[in-house]
Amino acid sequence: MAYSASADSHAHHEPQSFVRKYIWSQDHKVIAIQYAVTAIGVGLVALVLSGLMRIQLGFPDSGLIDAEAYYQFMTMHGMIMVVYLLTALFLGGFGNYLIPLMVGARDMVFPYLNMLSYWFYLLSVLVLMASFFVPDGPTGAGWTLYPPQAITGGTPGADWGILTMLVSLAIFIVAATMGGLNYVVTVLQARAPGMTLMRMPLTVWGIFVAAIMALLAFPALFVAAVMMILDSTLGTSFFMPAIIAMGQQMDHEGGSPLLFQHLFWFFGHPEVYIVALPAFGLVSDLISTHARKNIFGYHMMVWAIVIIGFLSFFVWAHHMYVSGMNLSFGYFFAISTLIIAVPTAIKVYNWVLTLWKGDIHFTVPMLFAIGFIVTFIVGGLTGLFLGNVVVDIPLADTYFVVAHFHMVMGVAPILVVFGAIYHWYPKVTGRMMDERLGHIHFWITFLGTYAIYFPMHYLGVLGMPRRYYDYDYDFIPQSAHDLNTFITVVALAVGVAQVLFLWNMAWSAVRGRSSGGNPWNATSLEWQTPETPPGHGNWGPELPEVHRWAYDYNVPGAPQDFIPQTEPRPTSAPGHGHREDAT
Amino acid sequence: MAVESGQRHESTRPGRGESGWQSLVSDWAADRATFRNVSWGKAMMWIFLLSDTFVFTLLLVGYMAVRLTTPLAWPDTSEVFALTVLGHEFPLLLIAIMTFILITSSGTMAMAVNFGYRKNRRMAALFLLLTALLGATFVGLQVYEWTDLIGKGVRPWENPMGAPQFGAAFFMITGFHGLHVSIGVLYLLIVAIKVLKGHYDRSGDYEPVEVAGLYWHFVDLVWVFIFAFFYLL
Repeated sequence: MAYSASADSHAHHEPQSFVRKYIWSQDHKVIAIQYAVTAIGVGLVALVLSGLMRIQLGFPDSGLIDAEAYYQFMTMHGMIMVVYLLTALFLGGFGNYLIPLMVGARDMVFPYLNMLSYWFYLLSVLVLMASFFVPDGPTGAGWTLYPPQAITGGTPGADWGILTMLVSLAIFIVAATMGGLNYVVTVLQARAPGMTLMRMPLTVWGIFVAAIMALLAFPALFVAAVMMILDSTLGTSFFMPAIIAMGQQMDHEGGSPLLFQHLFWFFGHPEVYIVALPAFGLVSDLISTHARKNIFGYHMMVWAIVIIGFLSFFVWAHHMYVSGMNLSFGYFFAISTLIIAVPTAIKVYNWVLTLWKGDIHFTVPMLFAIGFIVTFIVGGLTGLFLGNVVVDIPLADTYFVVAHFHMVMGVAPILVVFGAIYHWYPKVTGRMMDERLGHIHFWITFLGTYAIYFPMHYLGVLGMPRRYYDYDYDFIPQSAHDLNTFITVVALAVGVAQVLFLWNMAWSAVRGRSSGGNPWNATSLEWQTPETPPGHGNWGPELPEVHRWAYDYNVPGAPQDFIPQTEPRPTSAPGHGHREDAT
Repeated sequence: MAVESGQRHESTRPGRGESGWQSLVSDWAADRATFRNVSWGKAMMWIFLLSDTFVFTLLLVGYMAVRLTTPLAWPDTSEVFALTVLGHEFPLLLIAIMTFILITSSGTMAMAVNFGYRKNRRMAALFLLLTALLGATFVGLQVYEWTDLIGKGVRPWENPMGAPQFGAAFFMITGFHGLHVSIGVLYLLIVAIKVLKGHYDRSGDYEPVEVAGLYWHFVDLVWVFIFAFFYLL
């Protein structure tokens, strides 16, 4: 069918001009870098915002920012980190770069749509940044944007700020849809000869399932955004009940604020896993490669990803235990939440069992991968606390929650991002990143994380509420103020230390040690490209042929400690030390 | 068409002649493509429609939720959408006509796909244009319906017959659906022009007509649900 012809035809149309090659590019590798650079850039803005907030919390008398700015920065920090950094970086950055290379395709199936996806994403980022310059500044509604307060006078940015935020989100969703369609169809329909679904690296599985989830979860945010735009501009009452604000009866009646919360979290909870599943996939490949051992329980790992993705659509209301929802809902959602712990625990055990008796190389990617496992376990365990209604109610809206989600979906995926960048950087640039700087960066980031977030658990149990500008209350003891100051000092140091990473990336691109095509002796397809960095069309004249799964490390009797996926299987060799059902 | 150059490698694609679960399993266990004879464009359209289904479902769920929470009376839709013909009031007559037109357009779309696969260029283009015409008629009637309701004082933010959410949900949901139909009309016109110019005769494949058809049938199906949940309930 049209398959082979269209798959191979891309190779012959390499654009020559600079603009077509690097700016209006349809090459998935260039688009991936564009996505990644934009996401990291906007992430740095969010990092600076968090530093400003921490200065206020640690040194309340400094008067650096006022209360309005605090809420605005908090909102922007949360939304940028979750949506514009992590989602965009995992799907648009890693997904774009790795999917075609790992499944053996020449490019994404719809290169033009892929290019549009990036430019819509950039537009959404620009609209979001524009909200800093509209009258009254960005919205200060908190990253969950709950109505009525999000569009009620008294909240910072209740007119223009919230509008730019919602419009930016809608544009982002269009971009994510165009990207997601590409990723899903490429994985399903454009694999190399011999590449079955059960031979794909777990990275591809994680991003694939996350992309499907994005296509099904973002519609909820889209609908919520449309309704809130109508509420704030046309004066409809989807989310607005009859309400008196600032002593005045507002022109709304009969709407349901709870409806927004349901829509938001029907998006919001899958969103956690849209970020987490790619991280699970990437870290599986890092661990296997750097422990020189096949991933433990590959089939279980795949099914755990699929089951987590499925279940995550049935747990959203555990974010709403204190919002006035019918109490018996809590019973259902607590159970479904705890059930998700089962496939998640399977994954954690399998990572640990992959390390067990492995030939562990403490490279920088491996350090970050192990850091991820530890951090994810800590963050996951506090999730069990918050998943239970009776424990959640006293802990809701305290720093315990802040500590929990920063551990589990903030820092843990970011550690994977760092590890994955150190791991795949040689493929993207042809040069290694500096190992020593990488080690320093890892230890500061990893230890700093615990110095920042462990005390926050304690503060939460102490009853310190989140989202407060100032803690000048009797029930907050002096020890909490001291801890806040400590956290701020560490947070600023860790924030500044990220300069090491940026410097390492920039310096290594020019001066880094030349890496060759496969510096980690890895098995998966992206390391077997004829050129490094891979050329336009990725594979030269012939598509690669795949003969085995991606985890043939230390196979008994093999001449090397790894066998690339492209290596044909000897005809008379029963038993390769692993199980493959498909063949 | 079979995947070419299959003999170059150990094919994991089992032979035909299997049925039911076996064939499902071997599709998903295969290399290269999971859905054997499905082009990239068609696969993308199916997945996009799945995503769009969630948008419309959540719009309808949102409408039902506010209809439950609003303390004011919901207008009687059969009266609001009645049409007076020769002094008689026919409840929901206009909506019935619109629904009939849209479902008819699904029939003409199916004919266009059929003629496309028979490589009958003129008939395929004719039925595509007919489908687009029916779609445009639907949008025209919707404009009439909107004008009628606006004339009765219904606005997104208020509604003289009761709950303001009635106006809000009506304009939002029918507006979003009408936008889909309008985009569909443009889409069909583009495909019709390509058919007329012989584009698909040269490429040897009329499948893009079927892909456009998928979108069009989806828009019709969504209308059936809007009809059931907004107009009938």
